[in-house]
This record gives sequence, C-alpha cells and structure tokens, in this order.
Amino acid sequence: MTGKRALLTGSHFMNGDVACAEGAIAAGCRFFAGYPITPATEIAEHLSQRMPEFGGIYVQMEDEIASMAAIIGASYTGLKAMTATSGPGFSLMQENIGLAVMTETPCVVVDIMRGGPSTGQPTFPGQQDVMQAKWGSHGDYGIIALSPCSVQEMFDLTIEAFNLSEVYRVPTLLMGDEIVGHMWEKVVIPPPEKIVRMNRKKPGVQRGDYSPFMPGDDLVPPMACFGEGYRFHATGLTHDEHGYPKTTSSEVQTKLVRRLCEKISKNADKIIKVEEMMVDDADIVVVAYGIVARAALSAVRKARSAGLKAGLMRLVTLWPFPEKHVAKVAETAKMIVVPEMNCGQLVREVERAAKDTPVSFLSKLGEDPHTPMEILEAMRRSR
Amino acid sequence: MMVEQMLGHPFLKYLRSAMIPHIWCPGCGNGIVLNCFVHALDELQMDLDKLVVVSGIGCIGRTAGYTNTDSFHTTHGRALAFASGVKLANPELEVVVVSGDGDLFAIGGNHFIHAARRNMGIKVICANNFNYGMTGGQQGPTTPLEAFTTTSPYGNIEHPFNLAHLAAASGAVYVARWTTLHVRRLTQSIKRALQKEGFCFVEVISPCPEIFGRHNKMRSGLEMMEWFKKASEVESFSDPAKAEITPDRIVVGEFVDVEKLSYEKLLHEKISKINERAMEQVVDR
Repeated sequence: MTGKRALLTGSHFMNGDVACAEGAIAAGCRFFAGYPITPATEIAEHLSQRMPEFGGIYVQMEDEIASMAAIIGASYTGLKAMTATSGPGFSLMQENIGLAVMTETPCVVVDIMRGGPSTGQPTFPGQQDVMQAKWGSHGDYGIIALSPCSVQEMFDLTIEAFNLSEVYRVPTLLMGDEIVGHMWEKVVIPPPEKIVRMNRKKPGVQRGDYSPFMPGDDLVPPMACFGEGYRFHATGLTHDEHGYPKTTSSEVQTKLVRRLCEKISKNADKIIKVEEMMVDDADIVVVAYGIVARAALSAVRKARSAGLKAGLMRLVTLWPFPEKHVAKVAETAKMIVVPEMNCGQLVREVERAAKDTPVSFLSKLGEDPHTPMEILEAMRRSR
Repeated sequence: MMVEQMLGHPFLKYLRSAMIPHIWCPGCGNGIVLNCFVHALDELQMDLDKLVVVSGIGCIGRTAGYTNTDSFHTTHGRALAFASGVKLANPELEVVVVSGDGDLFAIGGNHFIHAARRNMGIKVICANNFNYGMTGGQQGPTTPLEAFTTTSPYGNIEHPFNLAHLAAASGAVYVARWTTLHVRRLTQSIKRALQKEGFCFVEVISPCPEIFGRHNKMRSGLEMMEWFKKASEVESFSDPAKAEITPDRIVVGEFVDVEKLSYEKLLHEKISKINERAMEQVVDR
C-alpha cells in the first residue's frame, strides 16, 4: 500500500538490535510498544522509524508493564505485536507475560540480556535471565525462548519467534545479549517471498458457536479478533473453554493449566532447534548458547586440532529445554562442559538431562564472554 | 413487544447471561453503573460488534465479563495500558474501560495519567467506592480522611485523590462526576463520553455498604444513598480542583468538555503523511 513498504532484501552491515527490528517487520509485526532501556533501545529507535513506513504502530509507553499490556491488547485485535527490553524491564513485564500465557496471546518479547541483578551492568552482556524466561511469572506454564548467537540470527530468530508465538498462541521470548544486540555483522535479508510467515488459526465456526479457549488436536485454540463480531471474553482468571471465569473449580484449573503446559511440552519436538557440530564421535561435548557458543565452536576446533575428540551442541531453543538432544549426546560423550555468562543456570537442566555423564560448569561474569582458550582449558581440565 | 417483555429483560442483549448472576453484594452501586452504561449503549444504538469493554481487577472489574461484547479482564491496574494497545491497533473499535478507584488510581495510576496526557481515545468509567471492596475493605487512594477501613482501623491519615481534578490536570477532554443516585445525568455523561474523541473520564461515587459503609456508620445501601442525596451539590463546569468529597459535600457535575485531537488520530495521520512522502521519494527516483 505504501512507498517505502519494502524489506531491505539483500546484504547489509548492521547491529543485532537493528537486525531484530528488521526481522520483526519481515515477520509481519505491525505493533511495537516499548520503553527505553540499554542495551535494547536501538530496537525501539529503529522501529519508531520503520513501523510507520509499513503502516504499523510504534508507541512508547510509560513503562515496561504498560508495554507488555499494550502488545497483548494489540494482539487481540489481530496484529502481530512485540516489545523489547533488558533485565530490569523484563522483570517488570513478568506479571503481564503471565497474562499473555493465560489468555494465550501470540506476542514476542525480546530481552537483550545485560549484567544483573538489579540495575547491574547496563552495557555489559549476561545470560542471567534464562531461568527467569522459564519461571519469571507466577504459576505453572509452558513458554518458548530462543537464543540468537549472531546478528543474522537476531533477524532470523525474530521471525521464528513470531511464527512460534502465532502457531502455539504463547508469548515467545528472544533471549539475546548485549553483544549480539550491539555487535555489527553481515546480515542477509531474503526476498519477501522466501520468508516463512505463520499466522494464528482462525475460528472455523459461526459466531455464536465460538468458544475462544476450546483447543484443537494440537492443544491450541483458534483465535478470533476483537471487532469481528464473535463478542468473546478473555480473562487472567482461571476460565473454561468459553472464557468464563471458574475460580472455584479444581477440574477447570487442572484442565486449563495442564493444557497450557502440555501445548508446549507435547509439541516440543516440533519447536526445538539445536545445532550439533562434531558430536558423533565426541568424548567431550560443549553445550552452549548465545554468543558464548561462538567461542565454544572456536574452542572445539582448537581441541580437534590438538587431537581431542570434542564437539559442540548449540542450543537455539532454550525453552522448552532440548532434553532429548542433551540426553542423546550424554549417552556417548564422556564429559559435558557448559560455559555460561551467569553463576550456573541452564547447566542444571543439562545435568538433569545428562544423568550419569559428568557435567563441568564454566562461569563468567562481566564485560567479556568466555574466550576460546578458557573453554579449551576447561575441556582439558575436565578430562 | 408483549412477548419480548415476557421473555426477559429488554437489555438482555447487552449482557452475557451465562455470567449472570453477578458477584456483587446487596446495596452495591456497581449494578447501577452497569445499568447506566447499558442504557447509554442502547440510547446511542451502539454497534456491539465494534465495542470492547476492558476491566482491571476488583468488584467492578467483573463488568467486562458481564457485557455481551468483546471484553478483556486484565491484570490489576493494567486495563488502560491494555486498552491503549487495542485502540491504537484498531482505532475503529470503541474502547471502554470500566474499573475501580484502587485499580485505576493506585496500582494503575501511572497508566491513567499517561493515557490522559496522550489523549488516548478511551472512555473510562470509574466506580469510586472509597476502598478495596473485593479484598475485604482496605484503605485506598480515594479513602476519605479519618474514614475507617480494615487497614485504617484508627482512621485514615492519607489525603485522598480528587479524581476529577487529576483527570482534568492530566489532559482528559471530558471529565464528569456523579453518584449512583444521579442515574439520568450519569447516563447522559456516559453517552457524551461515547460520542467524543479522545480520553474521557466519568467518575461514579458508588455505595459499598457491605464493606466500606459498615465501618463508617452507613450499614445499608439506602444509608449511603441518603448521604449522596444530602451531600451532593451539582456545580457543573466549576473548578475541578475545588470539587471536594467530604461528609457534608460531594461536588458533582461535568467539569471538562473540550476538543482535542486524539492520540490515535494524530498517529494515523502521521503514518499516512510518512507514507505519502515515501511514495513521492520513490516517484522522484
């Protein structure tokens, strides 16, 4: 409909935050609400310029609580919606992330992780929010979280996040970090027809027969929009298939909450992506994600040159946790090494999945992620 | 007509009968607020398919569930932030927030002043019952000085907000206050709000005899309504800063009715201009 309404198809040199913003537009996102925060601000800045060119909405809200609430509202009108933040804002969003889970709202939340806790180190990277991604809002629920390791993936996985959020009607979290957010790299943006865009299932029934929370076989209910005449109700209270509150029924609570968990866990094989390099014959496998996986790959290559049978499992999906994949490499590997930019978070999941295979944890905090040499050292030590 | 009357309430089409009976106590004013809202919808012949009712948490927060429209019951305090997303994403929808004083002005106070400042095209109906009824009657941002609640057992020492003044100062284009006794004028104000562009605020002083009144020597709905009757003074277009609520005087009326472009209108005009300019640039090249 409009002049500049074109994706930047081609090769570009850009930073990760901008790539994420372009990925959102490519995915069909037409509503962004946010609040300035280092190191995610560039996403908002770029979208404030780009969204209007696509007829989309950019709005700066009064805080992250409002931003999260606003994208839920926008999603209920049928738009693909996103917000972006970092640790302190991610904490503020948690209650409404729970609301999005409970009302099964497709939306994307980008967390460009910095050093925490509290205000912490705004300009330094971290991987300290990965457990918060899973457990941050109260109550039990399933959620999807992805971990980009490059500027290209800030573009690609933003699109993937939108697609997953639409298919499973669940808030999907893009857990970047300050480095992938601020680093400049080459990004290839495909032509529009090469970009896969998924949309939420629409109701296939007459208006009067629509039950907004009646799931299909995939455990996901079709979703109507406000204004289409379905006149449906959604609430953060425990509700039945009609969306009506049922706050004193154990049966409704059990059925609803189990489904919210199972629509992710039972579809985990379809959701999960990992990247395996040289793991088939590996004695030592490094399990890493995000920017740390780049150093880990370099370390694994160095190890191979030094005659060490090393491999890398890079987790693209953090949640649902790739339990089966880790369990499988743990069957043949003698040792697993997990480097993380935190005091030990995802390593616990790896330990759980690895069962009897020893897992060695390598923690790092502050400005720089692990160097390849540090990871290589850890591999040597753990032998 | 006779048959219709026998079959049910004439306003049944505005209500979600599966959700009735409601949860409200005897003597509560929320039913009157809902009744006036529904009357306003009926008198304006509003298109119910294009109406979204949003509520926060609290007794009156159940209104979203009771109205037969698209509706959403948000987290505590966030009704306006959610509603902003709806209104901006689809400006053709009429978005009404019906919520309480604690929800809109304590936990949600920041969203209120900013939605008003932006002149977001949302109509807010606030039932002000001077306390947190749903949780059993705690002191809140509108509890009068010296009033007794379960958390001000020695008398409230906090100064209450003057909601009409706050709304006016924050930028609302329409501000009115009535009590549940003023059903016709309240209905007219809701109608006026529904017909205006921009952020409109209608405060309804509402009786809460079961929870608030019983601690404050007004044990029945009737006693609370008698207070409203005795104390209310209509002073339309007087200074909202002076629109006090005391045991002796409840100033009611319309306080603000001005014209100002709404946020969504400015935003969508801006988007159109940006795209026209972008088109010209493409042609130039």
